[in-house]
Amino acid sequence: MDIHEYQAKEILMRYGVKTAEGGLAYTIEESVQRAREIDGNVWVVKAQIHSGGRGKAGGIKVCRTHDEVREAAEELLGKILVTRQTGSVGKVCTRVYVEAGTHIAREMYLCFLIDRSSERIVMIGSGQGGMEIEELAHTNPHAIKKIFIEPAVGLQDFQAREMAFALGMEAAQLPHAVKTIRGCYRALRDLDANMVEINPLVITGSGELIALDAKMSFDENALFRRHEVAELRDKTQADPREMAASDHGLSYIGLNGDIGCMINGAGLAMATMDMIKLAGGEPANFLDVGGGASAERTEKAFRLVLADKGVKAMLVNIFAGINRCDWIAQGVVQAVRNIDMKIPLVVRLSGTNVEEGQRIIAESGLSIITAGTLAEAAEKVVQARNGAVAEECKGI
Amino acid sequence: MAILIDESTRIIVQGFTGKIGTFHAQDMINYGSNIVGGVTPGKGGQQHLGRPVFNTVKEAVQQVGANASIVFVPPAFAADSIMEAADAGIKYCVAITDGIPTQDMMTVKNFLRRFPIEERMVLTGPNCAGTISPGRSILGIMPGHIYMQGDVGVVGRSGTLGYEAADQMRTLGIGISTSVGIGGDPIIGSSHRDILERFEEDPETKVVVMIGEIGGPQEVEAGIFSRDHMSKPLVAYIAGLTAPEGRRMGHAGAIISAAGESAAEKVAILKELGVTISPTPSAIGETVAKVLARM
Repeated sequence: MDIHEYQAKEILMRYGVKTAEGGLAYTIEESVQRAREIDGNVWVVKAQIHSGGRGKAGGIKVCRTHDEVREAAEELLGKILVTRQTGSVGKVCTRVYVEAGTHIAREMYLCFLIDRSSERIVMIGSGQGGMEIEELAHTNPHAIKKIFIEPAVGLQDFQAREMAFALGMEAAQLPHAVKTIRGCYRALRDLDANMVEINPLVITGSGELIALDAKMSFDENALFRRHEVAELRDKTQADPREMAASDHGLSYIGLNGDIGCMINGAGLAMATMDMIKLAGGEPANFLDVGGGASAERTEKAFRLVLADKGVKAMLVNIFAGINRCDWIAQGVVQAVRNIDMKIPLVVRLSGTNVEEGQRIIAESGLSIITAGTLAEAAEKVVQARNGAVAEECKGI
Repeated sequence: MAILIDESTRIIVQGFTGKIGTFHAQDMINYGSNIVGGVTPGKGGQQHLGRPVFNTVKEAVQQVGANASIVFVPPAFAADSIMEAADAGIKYCVAITDGIPTQDMMTVKNFLRRFPIEERMVLTGPNCAGTISPGRSILGIMPGHIYMQGDVGVVGRSGTLGYEAADQMRTLGIGISTSVGIGGDPIIGSSHRDILERFEEDPETKVVVMIGEIGGPQEVEAGIFSRDHMSKPLVAYIAGLTAPEGRRMGHAGAIISAAGESAAEKVAILKELGVTISPTPSAIGETVAKVLARM
């Protein structure tokens, strides 16, 4: 789960990380008020969206007067921002963070994350901040310092100092640098974060160490014990269909194709989508209906898939282990009747109680296309989709 | 032989008396798995499904000689249960539980590393379907009837995609020595590579199938192991060729692993390492059949 920059900064400040003075605003008036409260003559108005690359997308505006702050807020609030990370859909900006302008002497990079290879927390830093770290990793890997942290004892001061020196800190800056590094680590550990990234971490003209931007993402599996983190979720930043799906315990990701999918198991879902693509179609979504799918859950999954009006045909692929094909078949029949489904539907059932499931589909009297294998299911749904598109063209 | 489990494996169920534990314990008993009891703290001394319930794993090890366990404990308490099993001297543990916090798994792995290798409990999962040695024993939640006994070893992250592969093989008359689900979480007990090592040493396994997916460095590590240390052919399928990039991967993740994490990259690297690739998920069975025919 991602949070906003201002939320990450609020957390990190509690852990001793310094940031520029700033305040949150939901309206244009509030934005100007925040600027008035902050001393100085330069303010930065920053769009709060869950995405990197905000600067290049016009989401960060440097202002020299209160009127400019007003104009910046007017331009950003309520607008959809499209960055290199959001895709063409973009993300809506419902709030801005107004911050004191900072005189930057030097930019650095600092990040903590869980490394899957070593199964440890790794601290990554570079004295060359501000740019894309992936790009730096590619062009100049030696400029990146990685330090692995022993889980039993946690981050030690000598490791924090080693990183501080690698970032190019001077002796006078060392105590605060160590405090900043330790603070980020503690925040990650205490709050079950997967990642804490400060890009850039800057030294100001007056020699202060400040987190100019901050990004944190959290382990969804740990939210049950991190209620204060769970409350930071901003539903405006998620695809509404994905939010609706997670409310029903379903895992859904919207894609650009027109063949809707309902599958059990993430691996089989990915494999089925691969199969659709190889058969010449494009999946409209990823949907893992999970184990123990009741008729009610199946109907919810159908409604979710069909809420995408671009869907031209739908494929159900279930390999029943914990699930039972007869339960799924009943759910499918019920869903098709209740929703009054108009588009072609291909169903492939396999595993526990498959004969019973196939019988329920056959005896339903509904025009459901059945398939025996994964390959056959993919071919049939692509054919059905092509047929449906051809019909539409005739209609026009 | 098979690997990890056979008919002599003495299994306890952690989270025995709960709804999920009860359901799957009964299924395993029906298949013929040697379930010798279960653990539910506070319910020790009772009988459940005709087997004794213990308060601690240690008691189960001492009193009924348990050497394997399966964990159905809810996510908040699952890491603790896994460590209890390791401490009690259980040799092999399957964690079925989905949703264990990543940092809890970091603690578990660190705890396991404290034991010398020869005494260390083998863990597979969490978030997996378990392990089956067809015709001998199930330590998991998979439908046993789709697995035929034979000489192909299977290792995969996904449950249902593993069923799909087993089903394709059975249709072609190909049997399985052992099928191991290693789980879909970022930090898991055993890697693809760990399981390949065991299949390489198992005299009954002739060919190994690895079913991987996007994300993480494990499939490539397994491919390198197969090139350098395996005499047996390795067949692989990587799911997610069409999955969108960056959906569940951390921003700075790319600089941690030098190897590519997308399916297309993994397939390209594995091919270079001499692994036989199943081009589609529906061709896993026939790809294995071709490899077997050449032997």
